[in-house]
Amino acid sequence: MAVVSSRGQRLSNRVAIAAILVITLVFLAPIYWIGSTAFKPRSLATTSPPTIVYQPEISPMVKLFTKRVQLKPNEKVDYDNAPWWERMIFDGGERISRTGKGAIQLSGYPDRFINSLIVAVTSTLLAVGMGTITAYGFSRFRVKGEADWLFFILSTRMLPPIVVAIPMFLMYRAAGLNDSHVGLILLYTAFNVSFAVWLMKGFIDEIPKEYEEAALVDGYTRLQAFWKIVLPEAATGIAATAVFCFITAWNEYAFALILTNKKAQTAPPFIPSQIGSGLPDWTVIAAGTVLFLLPVAIFTFLLRNHLLRGMSFGAIRK
Amino acid sequence: MARIRLENISKNFGPHTAVEDLDLDIADGEFFVLLGPTGAGKTTTLRMIAGLDKPTVGRIFINEANVNDWGPAERDVALVLQQYSLYPRLTVRDNLAFPLRSRVRNLAPAEIDQRIDYAARTLRITHLLDRKTDRLSGGEMQRVSIGRAIVREPQVFLMDEPLSALDAKLREALRTELKDLQRRLGATFIFVTHDQVEAMTMGDRIAILNRGQIVQVGAPQDVYSNPRDTFVASFVGAPAINLLKGEVQGGRAVVTPKSFELPVAGQAPGAGSYIFGIRPEDVRVESGAPVEGRVHDIENHGIEKIITVRVNEHFVRASIPARVDVALEEVIRFGWNAEKLIYFDPRTGINTRHQIA
Repeated sequence: MAVVSSRGQRLSNRVAIAAILVITLVFLAPIYWIGSTAFKPRSLATTSPPTIVYQPEISPMVKLFTKRVQLKPNEKVDYDNAPWWERMIFDGGERISRTGKGAIQLSGYPDRFINSLIVAVTSTLLAVGMGTITAYGFSRFRVKGEADWLFFILSTRMLPPIVVAIPMFLMYRAAGLNDSHVGLILLYTAFNVSFAVWLMKGFIDEIPKEYEEAALVDGYTRLQAFWKIVLPEAATGIAATAVFCFITAWNEYAFALILTNKKAQTAPPFIPSQIGSGLPDWTVIAAGTVLFLLPVAIFTFLLRNHLLRGMSFGAIRK
Repeated sequence: MARIRLENISKNFGPHTAVEDLDLDIADGEFFVLLGPTGAGKTTTLRMIAGLDKPTVGRIFINEANVNDWGPAERDVALVLQQYSLYPRLTVRDNLAFPLRSRVRNLAPAEIDQRIDYAARTLRITHLLDRKTDRLSGGEMQRVSIGRAIVREPQVFLMDEPLSALDAKLREALRTELKDLQRRLGATFIFVTHDQVEAMTMGDRIAILNRGQIVQVGAPQDVYSNPRDTFVASFVGAPAINLLKGEVQGGRAVVTPKSFELPVAGQAPGAGSYIFGIRPEDVRVESGAPVEGRVHDIENHGIEKIITVRVNEHFVRASIPARVDVALEEVIRFGWNAEKLIYFDPRTGINTRHQIA
């Protein structure tokens, strides 16, 4: 905290804190809404006014991961021998569908979630890796037409991506990339790599080239100097770039909707597709959304120290 | 150790010529200084010797071997820079060990420890070994960075203004230490600086560069007393030399536009236009002297005073003993030691003695 001296300053400080509290509450309200809905019984999900106080339950999570069918009138279930979480499903007038051998059938959500992880993590690694190496090249070597190349790289982000959705769909179909992990990874990497190049170039420009030159004179190769000197120094920038790329890939909806439908479908197009049939169960959708929010939150939290320094774009160094 | 030879070296960055047609022969074990103003090409020359830049034209020899195609790692030179010279995130010990852990050297851990220990004792930084580099003062950092050069036991030490970022007291102390270190190691040092005091006090020989070209190479005393041209004359020496336009007429130096005249000595060139160069310590202020002027400015340097004397529109600096009392605008008389007068060609700025030779 800054040292506050005069009364006027103290007052304006309090006003600022109050304003920040209000803004934070406003920003967090939707998160609370979705978070609370994810633990409500179905009957309380859509009450008006919204139910604030209730007995939280885990049934939406159970429903999220399982395939269920409506109980027929007078259908007998083995309520007494069922585990506690299956009883909650019975209480809701449904039962979990099982295979002939009695194994529980999972819903589509876990697979979609894993798809999201595979696609987002891989494309982030690729985009940040390629972006860092390219940025290093632009930063340290004389590249013929450097400004033009950098502008070209940036220009790939000037077109709204959705404009090319239909050509992309046709090209992907022709190339057999529809509904494949590789297809989405390629696409998201292409989205992010230009962004990664520009961001990383800023960070690498900030690292004095004298460090590497000292290492070169000290008997290291350019590649060794890059690994031992540049990468540790650029860690902050890499973390910030990775978070941005991950968020973009993780949240992407439009292309995932168009280019995937089953095998490689990610979570964003899957969650709303559950609204479609019959009366939507908002608690299940909320549960899916809450779980979907977690990886980005965790990733950002883990890298928070790097991010804080990275956001200032090296302005406080030297 | 090593002898360094630069043959006919030029370096262009695009249309800009950083170094032009440079020849140098630096003897084994010499403390050689590259002196010049900013942009003179000193650092570029040093980087080419280190192998960080390649010359556009010309050849570089280390111990008779042409090293043009060698990378920095193969040349076995150590480089000390003005700043950013230490690896961040590493302790002092790891910084010193870094060059020794290179695959090129492949030393045993015991040998590494021994060398670090020796370098740390030589530079009196043993107590700092386990500190992170961001917790060092400027002087300590520069010591460590010199230490990183010492542990390698290189053929040549290259130093790019290693003292420029330090405060005056520390600079003075490290100057003595560096010179002392060079004598003890017996190594070849190439030292880049824009500070003529560093050059004069440390160098066995000095090369003065201006606009990418060598103007003069010589021992400090040579360069000081017999500068090749007005650039060298005014760049070397503090307080700066007096440069006065004038003519030699009938055995007298006449400073023009007609202002005052003083005698010349026997070695004077023939009649004609010249720029007269006279160092402040060769200007004598005494009561019987031939020229009258007024005291325009007084600088007290402790051991001496530098006074600027105004004669009509001319200004002449003279050094006088500190105990002599003078006041601003006081009328004084001065002359000069005609033996020490240097005559420069007014068109080229070149010392007439060099032109003949």
